Amino acid sequence: MLSKRIIPCLDIKDGRTVKGTNFVNLRDAGDPVELGALYAREGADELVFLDITATVEKRKTLSELANRIAHHINIPFTVGGGISSVEDVNVLLQNGADKISVNTAAFKNPKLINELAKEFGSQCVVLAIDTRKEEDGEWYVYLNGGRTKTEAKCVDWAKQAVDLGAGEILLTSMNHDGTKQGFALDITRSLSTQLSVPVIASGGGGRMEHFVSVFNEGRADAALAASIFHFKEIAIPELKKYLLHNNIPVRVI
Amino acid sequence: MNLVIIKYNAGNIQSVLYALERIGLQAKVTDDVEEITKADKVIFPGVGEASSAMQYLKERKLDDVIKHLTQPVLGICLGMQLMCRFSEENNVNCLHIFNEDVKRFNSAPALASDKIKIPQIGWNTICNLKTDLFHSVPENAYVYFVHSYYAAAGEHTIASTDYLLRYSSALHSGNFYGVQFHPEKSADTGERILKNFIERCH
Repeated sequence: MLSKRIIPCLDIKDGRTVKGTNFVNLRDAGDPVELGALYAREGADELVFLDITATVEKRKTLSELANRIAHHINIPFTVGGGISSVEDVNVLLQNGADKISVNTAAFKNPKLINELAKEFGSQCVVLAIDTRKEEDGEWYVYLNGGRTKTEAKCVDWAKQAVDLGAGEILLTSMNHDGTKQGFALDITRSLSTQLSVPVIASGGGGRMEHFVSVFNEGRADAALAASIFHFKEIAIPELKKYLLHNNIPVRVI
Repeated sequence: MNLVIIKYNAGNIQSVLYALERIGLQAKVTDDVEEITKADKVIFPGVGEASSAMQYLKERKLDDVIKHLTQPVLGICLGMQLMCRFSEENNVNCLHIFNEDVKRFNSAPALASDKIKIPQIGWNTICNLKTDLFHSVPENAYVYFVHSYYAAAGEHTIASTDYLLRYSSALHSGNFYGVQFHPEKSADTGERILKNFIERCH
């Protein structure tokens, strides 16, 4: 049976992890490769590296990082953050990234998704959507790391992106992100039951039961979290055991 | 050990190279017929589309070369599918090393209210493991898959996986082995399988 995936996300700036971590046993917790390798050993199913560097050297730093990750880590990984062209993606894939995620650039130029899918295959094109539920009860798409609101509805954009060739959706609820009060079950479920591609739920995971809910009620294919793993509030091996105990198919190592 | 990875118009070749490096092996990525023919072991990887890959191999006469290799050959993902008889992916005749056909996952018999996701992306289990390729790999070990097409179950099946139906997650015939999953991305289990191919498959 296909298992549900647990995906730690590492924010990267200038080649280093941004958010603080609580790993005393790591030589250098700021090194994304070392932290990623630790998660892989603990049973993470995939890793996401999200680059938030805004400098001109960004592209080179990120491809070098992808190359180091690919050399050292034996599970799949996605690289995202500011990717806006076929050439950006080509360099990252050549350096060993398994998938890339696109967000704002794809919204502004949906054709990019189609070009990427044609050139490299849908399996490596992850569309990241930041979404917020407004007072009218609708989920809207936000851009630029959540700073810019659009009039597009999350479900509509996700459907369009899948038609264009997106192979997975990474869905972050801005209402839930950072709250540790649980994932956005309703929008995750809407997407997952309506789309033909996997949905990765992100934002709000704070306790182990939140992961049970996002898989059972939210119907997510994968769940992503950052700080709860970095600060060891939840350890991946215990989380996997807990999920298994709750009859959710996960890979336990 | 003279280990060669066949270079062609498919992705994911670097990942296989890096995975081999992680287990201490150097491989050469090449499309040179002589180098491929003379290698001790050959890996035929790939992520991509079947008909364009077959056309690329034919144009370079690599189709005949691969078919007539006598040393151990390991096809991975698209590589394994190209070693089958025929692929429904743009209806192309493949190398016919394995008698099995490659078909598209059909989402029609959807279970419950959930959409069946195609491609299958993620970790799934392998069972009914045969041959030394799976030496010391436990039944129902998890490995990483990404694919929309599958090889049907058949006489050459040496591992099976369930997704919508039971299909071949690995095939074997003579000196040829093929795996649908990505050992290069399948953590310790994948490294075990790559090592087995190098050390135990003859």
